[in-house]
Amino acid sequence: MASLVGSRVERKEDKRFLTGKGRYTADINLANQTYAIFVRSPHARASIKKINIDKALKSSGVVSILTGKEIADDKIGGLIAGWAIRSEDGTEMKCPGNPPLAKDNVNFVGDPVAVVIAESLAEAKEAAEKVEVDYKVLKAVTSTADAMDGDTIHEGIDKNLCFDWLLGDRQKVKEAFDKADKVISIDIINNRLIPNAMEPRACVADYNAASEEITLYTTSQNPHLSRLIMSAFGNVAPEHKLRVVAPDVGGGFGSKINVYNEDIVCSWAAKKINRAIKWVAERSESFLTDIHGRDHVTHAELAVTKDGKFLGFKNETIANLGAYARVFGTVTPTYLFGPCATGVYEIPAAYTNVKAVYTNTAPVDAYRGAGRPEATYTIERLVEKASMELGIDKTELRIKNFPTAFPFKQTLVHTVDSGDYVAGMEKAKQMADYKGFEARRRESEAKGKLRGIGVTSYFEACGIAPSAAVMSLGCGVGLWESAEVRFNPTGQVTVYTGSHSHGQSHQTTFAQIAADELGVPIENIDIVHGDTDKGTFGMGTYGSRSLAVGGIAIVNACKKIVEKGKRVTAKMLEANPEDVEFKDGEFIVSKSNKKKTIGEVAFACYLPGVRDEMKSPLPEGDEPGLKETSFYDPSNFSFPAGTHIAEVEIDPETGHVKLEKYTACDDFGRIINPMVVEGQVHGGLAQGIGQALYENAEYDETGQLMTGSYMDYTMPRADNFPEFNIGYTCTHATTNPLGVKGCGEAGAIAAPPTVMNAVIDALGGQEVTMPATAEKVWKACKNLKKSNSKAA
Amino acid sequence: MGKISLEVNGRKVEKEAPDNTLLSTFLREHLQLTGTHIGCDTSQCGACVVHVDGNSLKSCTALAADVNGSKVTTIEGLETNGKMHPMQEAFKKLHGLQCGFCTPGMVMSAIDLLQKNKKPSDTEIRDWLEGNICRCTGYQNIVAAVKEAATKM
Repeated sequence: MASLVGSRVERKEDKRFLTGKGRYTADINLANQTYAIFVRSPHARASIKKINIDKALKSSGVVSILTGKEIADDKIGGLIAGWAIRSEDGTEMKCPGNPPLAKDNVNFVGDPVAVVIAESLAEAKEAAEKVEVDYKVLKAVTSTADAMDGDTIHEGIDKNLCFDWLLGDRQKVKEAFDKADKVISIDIINNRLIPNAMEPRACVADYNAASEEITLYTTSQNPHLSRLIMSAFGNVAPEHKLRVVAPDVGGGFGSKINVYNEDIVCSWAAKKINRAIKWVAERSESFLTDIHGRDHVTHAELAVTKDGKFLGFKNETIANLGAYARVFGTVTPTYLFGPCATGVYEIPAAYTNVKAVYTNTAPVDAYRGAGRPEATYTIERLVEKASMELGIDKTELRIKNFPTAFPFKQTLVHTVDSGDYVAGMEKAKQMADYKGFEARRRESEAKGKLRGIGVTSYFEACGIAPSAAVMSLGCGVGLWESAEVRFNPTGQVTVYTGSHSHGQSHQTTFAQIAADELGVPIENIDIVHGDTDKGTFGMGTYGSRSLAVGGIAIVNACKKIVEKGKRVTAKMLEANPEDVEFKDGEFIVSKSNKKKTIGEVAFACYLPGVRDEMKSPLPEGDEPGLKETSFYDPSNFSFPAGTHIAEVEIDPETGHVKLEKYTACDDFGRIINPMVVEGQVHGGLAQGIGQALYENAEYDETGQLMTGSYMDYTMPRADNFPEFNIGYTCTHATTNPLGVKGCGEAGAIAAPPTVMNAVIDALGGQEVTMPATAEKVWKACKNLKKSNSKAA
Repeated sequence: MGKISLEVNGRKVEKEAPDNTLLSTFLREHLQLTGTHIGCDTSQCGACVVHVDGNSLKSCTALAADVNGSKVTTIEGLETNGKMHPMQEAFKKLHGLQCGFCTPGMVMSAIDLLQKNKKPSDTEIRDWLEGNICRCTGYQNIVAAVKEAATKM
């Protein structure tokens, strides 16, 4: 039987999406449902003096109006930070309470203060307009850089500082800098982004008064984790009385990891009014209240010798958490950021210091790449600047500092098991025709255009992660993953995974893995996820972990099936279990022609009766049935890596940046489905290039979001991109049996510095901030002209 | 309230609906054709594109009453005898979709392009699809799928 792992298998999920048969949360309607509209703060910072719902209650169709008072009275808990980070001085991070409906204070525009529930959506909207909230408006803090000097947002949290965290050794770094021939320094901003999954968040909550069960359909990347948080911290219902279903989910990119206010409020309120409640975000609500990403202000320095060896690295960053610390809010700018900030280089001494600050803006949390794009942007902009200042070719300088052997003990935390960074660089250069660039630059110049080339070599720690490691770093849960493999008596297989697909193709790639392991045709394998009542508890999908953690759990569960199958076959064929081999779906007794198919074995496991001459096929000690579970906890993170090269052409008359070529050469370890991996790379690149050239979330000084719709926030469109040129080097991970590493975030991690390095190269080394809009680039072109004419 | 009469996916429908009902709402809420998606509130994302009398239209930009008497085709109406339309097939073959949310609008829009331009260039495809936002695919495989479909339609 040909192996499916490694093949371009068309997706099992596609037909329902292509024919309108997908079932997203907003498509779900329950009998007798009501509709919720949230009343949200129009102010970035205010105290709530009074809420008057009298007029709204009289509005037509209103069923109930609930505020922060009722939710506090019912002791419903708030939203939480999932990771506890300690400051350099050993103190614990400081987190404010974050009630699902604000009672006393609001802290960002969009913070919900009340929910209006009515018979129809139109009636709910009309009544919501009549809720009168009397606010005392306070001065907002919105700037990341100045947040520590602003008014105190949360009582008792001095300087708005959640933590002041250090990773690394300041003294060693000082010594390294003392020895340096040259210090390259850089001040950069990692611009705030809005994830913008195309499906707006939504939830439908239902309550069954007889069984006292709440069912919540919601747009989540991790329904089991949502249930745990809502139960353990939200006090919504005990876990066994709360079912969370994340059906088809239209993209997440990290924005759907969090349990949100609306999930808790609708679940709680459904029980209170004893009816189903539906809420669907309008896009403007998504802009205001989905978690945002990035938003760092960084000063970094690299100590180098004159021939280009890196000696030391410092990174001083202020990270904006927004108004509240959420699930991955505190780990994103620390353990997902700091360790990767030294990049793919041997740097003997390094530290990263992060001050995480609260501001009156939407909470900032994990967005595709989460911490690693910020880290890669820091080091790769710095290395590119070093290459300019030292006059060493940008690819040579990188190669000079690559690790020479694997496992590579990276400076700050990680031990990278495998990789070949030189091979990736060489292949990328070849794919991009790096050598031919100077000729292309001259051609552009002849047309009056400026051409630049940019390089990035990156690695990322993903496949999060080993529970022992993450819990020691402050994670509130272990990040293993579960799988359950169930054979039906007639031979088809259902695989339950605790991870979740919201575009990643689990139904196909996970079925490929199970098909190979069990020798069952892929048509006979179904992958089930997204319902806490169906599968085993699992941790969900983020941090490129589905395959590297969840996929391995499937492999392990399949292996247990095969082990049982060998015992059963031995009993059925009167052989020793040790003599039974399994290959391509058949159990074969070695050195004989005796064999059983896995389908026959499954059937026998379910019908172990004894009648007349039939003997039970079950060995002593084995129970009937054929179903196995695995909880897989990896021994290490996985470490994808690669080199990307971009070329841009700038029109100095307009400042327009045209991305001419983009080459990505990535090492994701073994590839399960090249078609799916290609799609993941393309999508990540689009988001990374979006950050570099188009996207920016901007608040004004009063805390109003200036980029709150697709009219103002530039989403990359089809005509913004060239055809991407992608390739791979595949060094298998040594830490898991599939040799896989993860591919979901690479594009978003590598593309911003790659593109910006090209833009800045074209501009003769002048810094511009992301996004490199025509206005900024045009100004830089004017400066360039001035300095050129001076030089002449 | 007014009576809306349409031919949707070859079937005549008549329903009472409030006068301010958008075509997108009418399809989703009154006809339960939930394949047409709502991704924004400013007519920017294109997830709601359907065909009205053969031309693509963002169904959130029209009132159902505005298109009274028209023939409407949604993503649910593309299959013939259980066989997907060549555009749907091409999207599947070339991985032109991931989460599937923008897909119905993308497919409906792309079909209209090929009705108007049988052999579009890459640039023409990218320009035409400028009104449809996809956050997953980076568009490359969508462009490839449209080109593939052009050879089959």
